[in-house]
Amino acid sequence: MSIHRPSSRSLLDGAILAQAIGDAVRKLDPRFLVKNPIIFTTALVAALATILTVRAAGSGAAQAGIMAQITAWLWFTVLFANFAEAIAEGRGKAQAASLRRSKADATARRVTATEAADPVEVPAATLRSGDLVLCEAGDTIPGDGDVVAGIATVDESAITGESAPVIRESGGDRSAVTGGTRVVSDRIVVRITANPGETFLDRMIALVEGAKRQKTPNEIALSILLVGMTLIFLIVVATLPAWASWSGTRIPVVFLAALFITLIPTTIGGLLSAIGIAGMDRLVKFNVIAKSGRAVEAAGDIDVLLLDKTGTITLGARQAVAFLPVSDIGERDLAEAAFLSSLADETPEGKSIVALARSRFRLTEPGSANLHFVPFTAQTRMSGVDMEEGRHHIRKGAADAIAAYAAAHPHAAPGGGPRDLIGLVEQVGKSGGTPLVVARDGRPLGVIHLKDIVKPGIRERFATLRAMGIRTVMITGDNPLTAAAIAAEAGVDDYLAEATPEKKLELIREQQQGGRLVAMCGDGSNDAPALAQADVGVAMNTGTQAAREAGNMVDLESDPTKLIEIVMIGKQLLMSRGALTTFSIANDVAKYFAIIPSLFLASYPELQALNLMHLASPQSAILSAIIFNALIIVALIPLALKGVDYKPAPAQTLLKRNLLIYGLGGLVAPFIGIKLIDLGITALGLA
Amino acid sequence: MDANGILLIILLFAVVLALTPVLGGYMARIYDGRARWLAPVEQGIYRLCGLDPDCEQHWTGYAMAFLIVHLLGVLALYGLMRLQAFLPFNPAAQTAVPPDLAFNTAISFATNTDWQNYGGESTMGYLVQMAGFTVQNFLSAAAGIAVAVALIRGFTRRSARSVGNFYVDLTRTVLYLLLPVCLIGSLVLVWQGVPQTLQGSVSATTLEGGRQIIAQGPVASQMFIKHFGTNGGGFFNANAAHPYENPTVLVNFIYMASILAIGAGLTNTFGRMIGDQRQGWALLAAMGVLLVAGAFATYWAEAQGNPALGFLTNMEGKETRFGIAASALFATVTTATSCGAVNAMHDSLLPLAGMVPLVNMLLGEVVIGGVGSGLYGMMVFVLITMFIAGLMVGRTPEYLGKKIEAREIKLAVIAILATPLAVLGLGALAMLTPAGLAGIAAPGPHGLSEVLYAFASSANNNGSAFAGLNGNTLFYNVILAVAMLIGRFAVVIPVLAIAGALAAKKTVPPSAGTFPTQSWLFVALLVGIVLVVGGLTYFPVLALGPVVEHLALASGTLF
Amino acid sequence: MVKHLRAALVLLLAMTLLTGLIYPLAVTGLAQALFPRQANGSLIERNGRVIGSELIGQTFSHPGYFWSRPSATTAPDPKDPAKTVAAPYNAANSGGSNLAPSAKALIDTVKQREAALRAANPAAPAEVPADLLLSSASGLDPDISPAAAEWQVARVAAARHMSPEALRQLVAAHVKGPLLGMLGERTVNVLDLNLALDARWPMR
Repeated sequence: MSIHRPSSRSLLDGAILAQAIGDAVRKLDPRFLVKNPIIFTTALVAALATILTVRAAGSGAAQAGIMAQITAWLWFTVLFANFAEAIAEGRGKAQAASLRRSKADATARRVTATEAADPVEVPAATLRSGDLVLCEAGDTIPGDGDVVAGIATVDESAITGESAPVIRESGGDRSAVTGGTRVVSDRIVVRITANPGETFLDRMIALVEGAKRQKTPNEIALSILLVGMTLIFLIVVATLPAWASWSGTRIPVVFLAALFITLIPTTIGGLLSAIGIAGMDRLVKFNVIAKSGRAVEAAGDIDVLLLDKTGTITLGARQAVAFLPVSDIGERDLAEAAFLSSLADETPEGKSIVALARSRFRLTEPGSANLHFVPFTAQTRMSGVDMEEGRHHIRKGAADAIAAYAAAHPHAAPGGGPRDLIGLVEQVGKSGGTPLVVARDGRPLGVIHLKDIVKPGIRERFATLRAMGIRTVMITGDNPLTAAAIAAEAGVDDYLAEATPEKKLELIREQQQGGRLVAMCGDGSNDAPALAQADVGVAMNTGTQAAREAGNMVDLESDPTKLIEIVMIGKQLLMSRGALTTFSIANDVAKYFAIIPSLFLASYPELQALNLMHLASPQSAILSAIIFNALIIVALIPLALKGVDYKPAPAQTLLKRNLLIYGLGGLVAPFIGIKLIDLGITALGLA
Repeated sequence: MDANGILLIILLFAVVLALTPVLGGYMARIYDGRARWLAPVEQGIYRLCGLDPDCEQHWTGYAMAFLIVHLLGVLALYGLMRLQAFLPFNPAAQTAVPPDLAFNTAISFATNTDWQNYGGESTMGYLVQMAGFTVQNFLSAAAGIAVAVALIRGFTRRSARSVGNFYVDLTRTVLYLLLPVCLIGSLVLVWQGVPQTLQGSVSATTLEGGRQIIAQGPVASQMFIKHFGTNGGGFFNANAAHPYENPTVLVNFIYMASILAIGAGLTNTFGRMIGDQRQGWALLAAMGVLLVAGAFATYWAEAQGNPALGFLTNMEGKETRFGIAASALFATVTTATSCGAVNAMHDSLLPLAGMVPLVNMLLGEVVIGGVGSGLYGMMVFVLITMFIAGLMVGRTPEYLGKKIEAREIKLAVIAILATPLAVLGLGALAMLTPAGLAGIAAPGPHGLSEVLYAFASSANNNGSAFAGLNGNTLFYNVILAVAMLIGRFAVVIPVLAIAGALAAKKTVPPSAGTFPTQSWLFVALLVGIVLVVGGLTYFPVLALGPVVEHLALASGTLF
Repeated sequence: MVKHLRAALVLLLAMTLLTGLIYPLAVTGLAQALFPRQANGSLIERNGRVIGSELIGQTFSHPGYFWSRPSATTAPDPKDPAKTVAAPYNAANSGGSNLAPSAKALIDTVKQREAALRAANPAAPAEVPADLLLSSASGLDPDISPAAAEWQVARVAAARHMSPEALRQLVAAHVKGPLLGMLGERTVNVLDLNLALDARWPMR
């Protein structure tokens, strides 16, 4: 199984740590704390304990020492939770800072019309949706938009990290440009599609910083459950003095505070937002930008994944498998022309043509320096070679491109190309292959059959998806026969042949009617409706602005099978929440056995039987429990940031494993931890 | 513990297990409208009420109907008790029931609690017993079942607005289920010795020449519904320990089986209605695990004997014909199901044996539970369980294809919070006020257990008692009634809201990533969640009550 | 709302009629027709007078009768109706002691009962059966255990001037249960036994 590995960043980078410690203190601001009800409650209780401790110290009460220690650990609990969140945010902030640099002090040259030649310099920040701007080589594109005129190569490394420039042109499926990227060559006119503050770059910065992070629906539901548990424990602890009064027991309020805080789910409460931020951060590291956390959660639920065949299931580049000459040309002639035209062609197709020609006819590279290679360009859509000081030309390209070239060639045969050429082109097309026409001096020689090659390892990736419970459906414009052949070879569960945008949309709707969650990847303008309709639409960054707007995620590397990673991150996100919630609840059992006997030992010495851990003294027991409760947050930060391990497996297996680790572990760990802390406290004479 | 006792436990559960699919199937026929053999009576009732039986209600309408039926029931019952001196069928010339006691009792019977702060034979005339209590026994049971059915419909329906018609569900439950079974069952009880007469008390001259006034009445007709509908309100003060209410081992067995029958059967009805009976069996398995564990725990604990009396068999508060085994089993069954009938005095159980009934109630009456209330109460825990399980398998949580989202969790949390608030909160009030403390009979930790038991019983609509507590005071009459109201309505209304929310949702088909809820792992997790939620909530008070009493008694301390 | 009120009110009335009057009266009619003895309380008459019910225990204190279990039933205090006084086997007010097993009051009571029983049964075995020391749940328990009957045989036989062996046979004949040989406890109905005793060996 191949899994994308993100660029590694140290989990706990020194600079981030230092920053996070500072932030943890800054986050004590009540306006901030109130967003996290569990930690806010903890802070309130800590404040109350502080007042009581100060009063007790003032009156010289015997228990002031232990009260002060408990109070300190209550504050530590709050700080540790803040710290967890600050660390998660810190990791995003570094990335945001570099993004922001590409935004700074950009200016734009606004034009009134595509052909207008009198651009006006304006600050990029004043651009509105619908404005036209002119961008030439060396310019930074001032905002998100669509190319409406021209063609250019654009360096998008600021966003994607990919250093190779990409082509952006008007009209086609590669018209979208992103603010902050740089034009490397040529000249384009861009229609701005996003208002300031709403650009892709802005969203991305906000996202990685976690600044405007909205709680996801699932996070809200979990928060409600956690608040509910807190309320239950509030009832338990608040009524305990009344019940205890029957036996004449008086419980110091600070001890009750300690009991309350150890019982409420501070562990998951403190780590919940860190889990969410870290999840988004992991996504960013895989070069995927999600427009909302909701989409990431939905990804964990995907039932059906729709994938385009080309570039996803099969290599976007195809392999040459046969030379099909027109009737009056020899196969060797065709092969030779193809060979020569492809010698300098570094694309996989080109290389495969050279390889095929070599193996079929043992052709060797001519020693002549007379070859002048013509690279593929966006305008000509052909590549080839000029020989003998430009007297001879060989070109290869799509049938229509070659037809246009041939028609324009001075030696062109009247009446177009050979009649059987069309037949050959169709024949290749029908078998699921791609025909590439080769022409010499304006005269088509024949067709190279380029065949779809199923990507190596793709079967395994589909098997992985199947293990995750996700059905894959291949979408292709091919005829059903070809589609079936490729589907079988690739191991997808189903296919949609002769797909049209309408058919795609219909398929998604049909699946959704049945209650399934559908994910789909797409890049073209005609994918936009389907991307919008799908529950998780992953737009390729190379695609159109329309597609990027319609999807709820953008894959900067434009790798459609990355959905596996997206799904895994979605699942990890949920699993981390579930695991830590379970752990948090399971912890309470040990805490009860530590604290309850301590509180009532004076009235009922028999309760010593419940002191299973044989903690040294009532004070030490309470202190140990509250210390454990605070430290466990710090101990679990790495887990919250990394996420719980996810291996594709049936739900039953996953649950069993997680219950064993986090349920049983959560039950046992605090018994050991509290006992160890108790030993330490006793050794240090703290209680 | 002996072989006969263990055999009794096994036989009871075998019988209940065998009844489950039979009753479950029949109930499914009732609620999808296939049972029609009483159609003329049924249609007549609808015509009188001005009801269109095909007109279904939104959950709010359903809840409103539930509330109004209860409100009117309370008023009618209160009126009957206050006016009984002027009404017929009162051979013992019982006088008006005092207002606070009548208030408590009216709420108690309408909410299916049947807590009794009075001695039946010394307080209530036959008309109150028949037209008051028996009617509420039918209605409160039917209302609980109706709510459970509405919740089941929440799962079976897709993108629907309505959850059924409360009046129709109520009527059909009484007509097709409760009344026919009770009619036959009552006659079996009479055959076994349960009286059924309108004559007044009998005056006997005993063998030694003393005078014995023996209370009589229309007992059998009330007894069957009392157990079948998990009501539990006794005709006599001693409840099902009274030889007239529960004369033989056979009757005792019939009572236990009938207490469990509907609750267990509804799990099967649930399975049938959602189209997968295994889902129902899984729920029953979870309930069954807790029930069997409780039954053996009580039996084992009670069979130890009283250490303070040299481990003398603890026959205090028990009847000879039932002995330890049938008393311990009955105690488990009646508290697991929110029935509350008792054939032994729970107050005199050994501390750990008394703790099991207490825990059964504190868990929220979901171990089989009351008729209907057990299923819907358990369903609240299922939602919480599946929420956590869903997270742990990496899917946004769902159950039976319904996504569990913030709204459902919020409602489930309200339902779960209601009872601890009533038990611990109102109980604390009793522990702090002189009026509350005045009612406690036992000194030491057992006194705390009495109060805890009273509030656990009221707030979970059980009705059994550690009867040493003197509940017939203004304070307890009022505060326990409040606990009963919270226990009934603060659970039912969120549950109906959940039903409405679920019905409105689409249904997601299961996939390989869905956690199967017919599995033993689900059963184990559900049991775990129920125990953890209950355990964490009540550990401190249980430690201060039965646990410390047990430890003290074992070390020879008396109170 | 009005629609709700009407429906609920009429439904309540209909159900009261159906389940609160028709149903119990129908059961009463059927019961009186089919099982008149049980329906009227399984009463026992001797010489035309009701002497009790087969199902309801009675108090016995004469040494020539088998004694029932302790009963915790009470009756209103004739002097102060707000208070109650002990009134064993008061079949108009059933109930148990509700004493906790950890209650001093219970342990003290048991010790007193034990002492009294021993004094009245000097020839009985050392260990007093639990059901003779501990009060029943209803206070009206009609039964005692076979062990409790056996424990009293010596006293009763002496009081009636008969052989303990013959008495043991009578007791054995009155042991009931368990149901189907396996369910429930073995019991002896005290009133039944004492009636048989009076019939065969009338007290002089």
